[in-house]
Amino acid sequence: MSAQENMITMHKVNKWYGDFHVLKDINLTIKKGEKVVICGPSGSGKSTTIRCLNHLEKFQKGTITINGTELTDDIKVVRHIRAEVGMVFQHFNLFPHLSVLENLLLAPTWVHKKPRKEAIKTAMYYLERVKIADQADKYPNQLSGGQQQRVAIARCLCINPHIMLFDEPTSALDPEMVSEVLDVMVELADEGITMICVTHEMGFAKKVADRVIFMDAGQIIEENEPHEFFDNPQSDRLKIFLDQILSH
Amino acid sequence: MAVYTLKEAQPAPSSNRGLFFWLRENLFSDITNSFFTLLGCYIIYLIVPPLIDWMIIDATWTGTKEEIVKSGARWIFIIEKFDQFMYGFYPEALHWRPNLVLLLCAAFIVAMKYVQHMKIKIAMILLLPVISFILISGGWFGLETVETEQWGGLMLTMIVAAVGIIASFPLGIVLALGRQSHMPIVKSLSVGFIEFVRGVPLITILFMASVVLPLFFQDGIDFDKLLRALIGITLFQSAYIAEVVRGGLQAIPKGQYEAADSLGLGYWQGMILVILPQALKISIPNIVGSFIALFKDTTLVLIIGLFDVLAMVTLTTSDTNWLGFEVEGYVFVTMIYWCICFSMSQYSKSVERKFNTEH
Repeated sequence: MSAQENMITMHKVNKWYGDFHVLKDINLTIKKGEKVVICGPSGSGKSTTIRCLNHLEKFQKGTITINGTELTDDIKVVRHIRAEVGMVFQHFNLFPHLSVLENLLLAPTWVHKKPRKEAIKTAMYYLERVKIADQADKYPNQLSGGQQQRVAIARCLCINPHIMLFDEPTSALDPEMVSEVLDVMVELADEGITMICVTHEMGFAKKVADRVIFMDAGQIIEENEPHEFFDNPQSDRLKIFLDQILSH
Repeated sequence: MAVYTLKEAQPAPSSNRGLFFWLRENLFSDITNSFFTLLGCYIIYLIVPPLIDWMIIDATWTGTKEEIVKSGARWIFIIEKFDQFMYGFYPEALHWRPNLVLLLCAAFIVAMKYVQHMKIKIAMILLLPVISFILISGGWFGLETVETEQWGGLMLTMIVAAVGIIASFPLGIVLALGRQSHMPIVKSLSVGFIEFVRGVPLITILFMASVVLPLFFQDGIDFDKLLRALIGITLFQSAYIAEVVRGGLQAIPKGQYEAADSLGLGYWQGMILVILPQALKISIPNIVGSFIALFKDTTLVLIIGLFDVLAMVTLTTSDTNWLGFEVEGYVFVTMIYWCICFSMSQYSKSVERKFNTEH
């Protein structure tokens, strides 16, 4: 396999918060178009791992290479990487003072310097795709959680990223809204974008993921294709974890 | 098993509506409430009718001082000295210049409401102070120069307040951002400045600006007294604005910064487009509160020899023809201050409503 096809390479990535060792020697290679689901107990470092990928968190040791560019603290490199990597947050983080459409226009017009008319066209196309174009002029707080998260996904897509990171995208949603967000994510996955998703939606993992990764205590404990991962877990810790989340 | 159909909403019973119901519910719901209602009415009865008698019914509006027979307010004093209250010693023939500035400001506020184009708005914001300054001080385009010693009255109050408000606002925002900065030098300079200024009374700063500052300049460099006071007030006010804005910044969830970062916005883009609009919106009531306090604090310029509208009371009532008219003078000035401060607070409420995107 050629190196060019590796979208993300994490090599011996280590991170500390003060004296607390949050990430221990994370090695992870993700190919172009691959869908990876990361799960694990809270505090296991799964969110921190994906937040390192777009430099929301700094790491102290190791290397991360994204689409051929090594991630450093250099502001130009960071801005280049952030144009390649979109991120969807647990709490949506839409900008409440801007309408839905303005939320989508912000990065294309200010960061990527696209003409406004073109940006509006792109924005409406993606709002159409997440089935929310009729709400374009509303403000985020006027929408339901599921609608807000779909807007957040559309906002990411507007910067045309190669990689999408999802940080527990359905954890803050009311149960009846989870599926509308997952449906959009499944559609995205079918289109071949590289996706890393931190989630506890095991149904989604089984359906979409090429690979599922289990993290605990800042390390990758086990990774496998979903079928094997769920039906034939190897480590005790994963067995216990799966028992706990699948028991109800 | 049971299945229920959805019910239509019904109007509230009529006994819950109407004036009589409102009175009983709000003013006379029980003995304590009734007592305080009656007490309140009695206090209003004690104060309001005599005040109206004094201010309007028994007041003297026309004629000369010698013809006063009524026992109420002698407003002829205010009418006689009106120009001095408004303009201080600004030459009478040139009063049209500050008047024009006032008109321009009113036009500006209206225009800001209706002009949509951002570039025109910014041009207006930048042009208004320049035009106002040229009109009031003169010296350009054949306009006769009026020294700042001649500026006074309400005009001076408005100038000091306006300059203090307009100049301290951006400076305060920069200081607030500086205080949150990750750069240690920027941070400690901002914190040092803010805490120093907040620990010192405005009078001290005004005295320093007018007495101490000139000692640092070489002889012969005369630095306008009003300008020194304006710089002092601006620095003073910016420290307070910085703290108010910092409160707003702290109320913005971390996720907003992260979302701005993850979309690739740079520091200033993120601040100007995402963080500050939200932080300032939250801070509007406190910012306006601080501006109202500043407006009233401008009276302190009196102690460094600038004659604002309050100082005009002292000055006009020391005219030997008009001795003993302090009450009318102070009541008049009180009404001016109240009208302006009340307008500011109402304006802040309308701005808040305008920016409300919660529903």
